[in-house]
Amino acid sequence: MNLLDLVIALPAAGFVLALLLPRSQPQLSRLVTLAFSLVTFAVSLGLVTGFQSGMAGQQFVTNFIWIQSPEIHYHVGIDGLSLWLIILATFLTPIAILLSWNYIKDRQKEFFALLLLLEFGLVGVFASWDLFLFYVFWEVVLVPMYLLIGIWGHDRRIYAAVKFFLYTMVGSVLMLAAIIFLYTQAGTFDYAVILEQFSSGRISLTHTQETLLFLAFFLAFAIKVPLFPLHTWLPDAHVEAPSAGSLMLASVMLKMGTYGLVRFCLPMFPTAARENAGWIVTLAIIGIVYGALVAMVQPNMKKLVAYSSVSHLGFVVLGIFSFTQMGLDGAVYQMLNHGISTGALFLLVGFLYERRHSLEIADYGGVATVAPWLSILFLVTTLASIGLPTLNNFVGEFLVLQGTAQAHLSWTVFASLGVILSACYMLWMYQRVFFGETSEEVRHHVPDLNMREWACIVPLVVMMIWMGMYSQTFLPAVSETNAKILEQTRANAPLRVAAPSTSAGGQFHGR
Amino acid sequence: MAGNLPANFMPTSADMLRFLPETILTVAGTLMMVLDPLFARRLPRMFGHISIVAFLLAIMAAISANSVPGLAFSNLIGIDGFGTFFRVLLLVIGILSVLASYRYLEREKADTGEYHALLVFSIVGQCVMVTANDLIMIFIGLEISSIATYVLAGYLRDDKRNNESALKYFLLGSFATGFFLYGVAIAYGISGSTKLDEIRIALANPETSTMMVGVATALMFVGLAFKVSAAPFQMWAPDVYQGAPAPVSAFMATGPKAAAFAIFLRIFLTAFQSNSDSWEPLIWICALLSMTIGNFAALTQTNLKRMLAYSSIAHAGYILVAIAARSEIGTAAAMFYLAAYSLMNIGAFAVIIHMCGKGETNLRIEDLAGLAKRQPVTAAMLTVFLLSLIGVPLTGGFFGKFYIFQAALQSHLVWLTVLGLLNSAVAAYYYLRLMVMMYMHEPGEVSNNLEPLTPSLRAALILPAIGTFVLGVVPGVILTFAQSGAALVK
Repeated sequence: MNLLDLVIALPAAGFVLALLLPRSQPQLSRLVTLAFSLVTFAVSLGLVTGFQSGMAGQQFVTNFIWIQSPEIHYHVGIDGLSLWLIILATFLTPIAILLSWNYIKDRQKEFFALLLLLEFGLVGVFASWDLFLFYVFWEVVLVPMYLLIGIWGHDRRIYAAVKFFLYTMVGSVLMLAAIIFLYTQAGTFDYAVILEQFSSGRISLTHTQETLLFLAFFLAFAIKVPLFPLHTWLPDAHVEAPSAGSLMLASVMLKMGTYGLVRFCLPMFPTAARENAGWIVTLAIIGIVYGALVAMVQPNMKKLVAYSSVSHLGFVVLGIFSFTQMGLDGAVYQMLNHGISTGALFLLVGFLYERRHSLEIADYGGVATVAPWLSILFLVTTLASIGLPTLNNFVGEFLVLQGTAQAHLSWTVFASLGVILSACYMLWMYQRVFFGETSEEVRHHVPDLNMREWACIVPLVVMMIWMGMYSQTFLPAVSETNAKILEQTRANAPLRVAAPSTSAGGQFHGR
Repeated sequence: MAGNLPANFMPTSADMLRFLPETILTVAGTLMMVLDPLFARRLPRMFGHISIVAFLLAIMAAISANSVPGLAFSNLIGIDGFGTFFRVLLLVIGILSVLASYRYLEREKADTGEYHALLVFSIVGQCVMVTANDLIMIFIGLEISSIATYVLAGYLRDDKRNNESALKYFLLGSFATGFFLYGVAIAYGISGSTKLDEIRIALANPETSTMMVGVATALMFVGLAFKVSAAPFQMWAPDVYQGAPAPVSAFMATGPKAAAFAIFLRIFLTAFQSNSDSWEPLIWICALLSMTIGNFAALTQTNLKRMLAYSSIAHAGYILVAIAARSEIGTAAAMFYLAAYSLMNIGAFAVIIHMCGKGETNLRIEDLAGLAKRQPVTAAMLTVFLLSLIGVPLTGGFFGKFYIFQAALQSHLVWLTVLGLLNSAVAAYYYLRLMVMMYMHEPGEVSNNLEPLTPSLRAALILPAIGTFVLGVVPGVILTFAQSGAALVK
């Protein structure tokens, strides 16, 4: 059992233990889950220190047969792509628990236990190297999030929870079909072996098969991302979820989709990915602009942040389907950035909600006078989200745009609109909430941050600055893995399909 | 072969061992009939205990019978891994049904002796079905099982819903049996035998009239499709399940269905194996229809029992997908799925039995409201079964579904797989509704006045829940058994 197994097992153990605790002592369950999440985070830092850069392939591997026939492995491991996403999940879980410390009154034990179950699923998704195992974790994530939204959410929580579940389910059953189909071709679910068989040409798919498989995987991931026009579940889920749910949903769960695109869609189906890049990028750009425009007119803060997520994740998809090293690096970095900065936004919006019990922008105004520290930290987060240089999002957006420019300049031009628009809606919201006349309600009900809230937000702000100032801590590991993935997308393509050079595909070759 | 009896017609001791489970159950059933007048008032729970002991003994007997596989009683029955798998499954279903019945019978002040005797006899019939090697034997088993179940469906004879249910079940079930028997007669006419292996040889002969073979196949198919409530022969199921006493519905949705699927597999993959190309499209269509009709009809139901009835139609569709795959792995998938399905279905029904109240007044979906607040354990158990019915990983239902669709894809049934999986996404909606009710609504009148969970019902909830997890997390054990059993069906 290595460190990675421990990072997967600890939240599961915490989940079971928390459920077994007596109902009469909700404080105890809070403490136990917090302790488990902190230990998990501490252990996961061991993954960072033990991670050897320069070593191609996965590290911290555990691989044994889980089910004999069909042969399904418990195969986990990490590389530069999954390392930081796992850290993101373990980093944000204690924060989510702290955030809900006093807010959750009803059925506390279950709430905190479910957060740990969620962490278990998320870490598992990013660590799996077996397609079946990946699918198992992918679905495991659904259940706690469904319950978090449905039980502890706001007024329209049931509608939002069911919509969330069904959207994801429809996408993932098709992915399951594709996974089983791959198994019938390859005779294994082990992703490393499947990739090896692809590159050695032992599996050969017809052009139609490859396209259909690509689309089956892509649909599941695109719903999760969410890519325009599949995004409609997201604003509902975000607005209705409790703050901790929104935080985990936006910061980590959405990354499951983009992670899947990079991890599975590109290396396995490179030809199809390149052929379909045209319309996918178009949708991504529409998403960037549309998300930003809709965010601008939202009267509800959470909804605004939710639509800004649609816009930000459009950048990630754009970077992925630029098929350039920079675009891909930027996309992965942007996944982390979005996790940190949008996470912080939801956190801060959550703080405001706990004080004023409203998410409507119109109910606020002049908060800066009564809660200066809250306002300053909100400002830093806003600026990070806009993409101000020296803060984290700038690095990611810049890389994505540069990578896209190498591939196709016009895409960059349209996508840049999103950067401008993000400044508009974020700053405008900031102005309406924090400046202006201070109403009586705000004056009486909005105190400044307390110690617990400081403990939640400071780590995130530190990360924003760190990731903006010194991306070298994070990027080399990501770049190495991306280079390998990019290599795979080139290596596989000519082997299997007598490349019908389409216009979309042809433009990338040789870049 | 006819008239050519084996020299030693007396059953050997190995023969007796091979038939021991049925013998034990028959003795126990008869004993209960005898004891009924003596103890029915004083010790009403005794009959349940007797049947559980009998089932446990029968499980041991079935396992030891598996160590002497082979044909018995002039080749009328044959013990193999396939039969043993289903025997054990049916006996487990029996135990769970008894556990789920204690409280219900008490609440309704119903006579327990006859009830348990009938339940035991019904399972005897099903055990005969799954081990039979001869169409007549299968028919006898089917009749023993059906007649006992008809009576059970109308067990509370003063309740008019019970009567309706029993009558419908009886009439339509007799029709189905009639169809099946016509099929048997024609198969005998073609081949001159009722033994499955001999029919198979006769049908494989190219000189056999293909039309008559087709007629025999079609007739038996109709009969069996009725029994497993596959579309378009599913109309009876919702009414019958809704009307029958809740524990009987739980039993009907699992035991007779599992046995019917067992003979479905055995007949179609052995006797009718040679013309499988002609019946495969038939099953394909039935599978798709069952899944679609079952799931879409379940979406609009407001009565819990009716909803589960439609869901069981949909699940019959999934199992038909496995049969349509016509492969060893498909057979194993069907077996595994039936095991998972039986556990989760009995578990879900056990919750209904717990909450329905005297006279089964609380059967609306809204009656579940707030259950999680009042009885978190009950709600958690129902959640496990619902997640398994949806097909969420780490539950038996998921692995079963996965295994079925893997078999289907290996047999190149791509469209059936895609449509089946999309169907399971539709199904998620109505199962989620129950979870929504339990967890996301405030407790209503029903959950506020709910009686505490009795030990027997608690067992009927927790045992299937554990089983569901075992099948989902470490399916290897059952799967290996199913695979070795499936290898024998050809």
